[in-house]
Amino acid sequence: MKADVVVVDTKGLACPMPIVKAKKALDSMETGQIMKVLSTDKGSLNDFQAWVRGTKHELVQHEEKDGVFTFYVKKQ
Amino acid sequence: MTALTVEKERTTIVLFSGDLDKAIAAFIIANGAAAYDHEVTIFFTFWGLNTMRKDEVVKTDKGMLEKMFGWMMPRGPRKLGLSKMNMAGMGPKMIKHVMKKHNALTLPQLIELAQEQGVKLVACTMTMDLLGLQKEELIDGMEYAGVAAYLGDATEAKVNLFI
Repeated sequence: MKADVVVVDTKGLACPMPIVKAKKALDSMETGQIMKVLSTDKGSLNDFQAWVRGTKHELVQHEEKDGVFTFYVKKQ
Repeated sequence: MTALTVEKERTTIVLFSGDLDKAIAAFIIANGAAAYDHEVTIFFTFWGLNTMRKDEVVKTDKGMLEKMFGWMMPRGPRKLGLSKMNMAGMGPKMIKHVMKKHNALTLPQLIELAQEQGVKLVACTMTMDLLGLQKEELIDGMEYAGVAAYLGDATEAKVNLFI
């Protein structure tokens, strides 16, 4: 199993690109691997919570600092 | 990769409108649904078909009335007008400027992304006949079908939108 965290930087990108990029990254990952997504889209907290639930993955942790959202998603 | 095949969720959108703003909304939802790992269908009918027209003039064998329709209707995503504040073409220029400023994808980019994400693009053959549009005038990679094919997809989908 790969242990390294996959970083997806979507800062500055508008809807729907953050989840489109995150989905692309997840597709190439293995189960249990962690993806770290960065986003400056103001709607991304609600977006990521819904998207992770809908796609049956796990939102391990999230935080916001200086307008940048960071999401840690574990692939299921 | 797992050999296990799980039945995917589905989303369908009927794009009836030929307005730029509505087409953008339709393609943002389609791309979002594809990112949700849904199987997505966009069914283009009436004015929505113009979104899928090629930019260039395609030589076709048509009657007078059909030719006139072809000339009067927008040729492709770059030529669509806004549903509000079109202002004889000034509106679309302004919105494209604002979208660029906000790093939003343009309609042609959204269409390309949809194709890349495997969104099924279906042209309604009945309204193609009414508007005098031929397959050669629409972008490559489209499917051609009618209401039964649409309903087949929509029946299995939880998200079905008419735009």
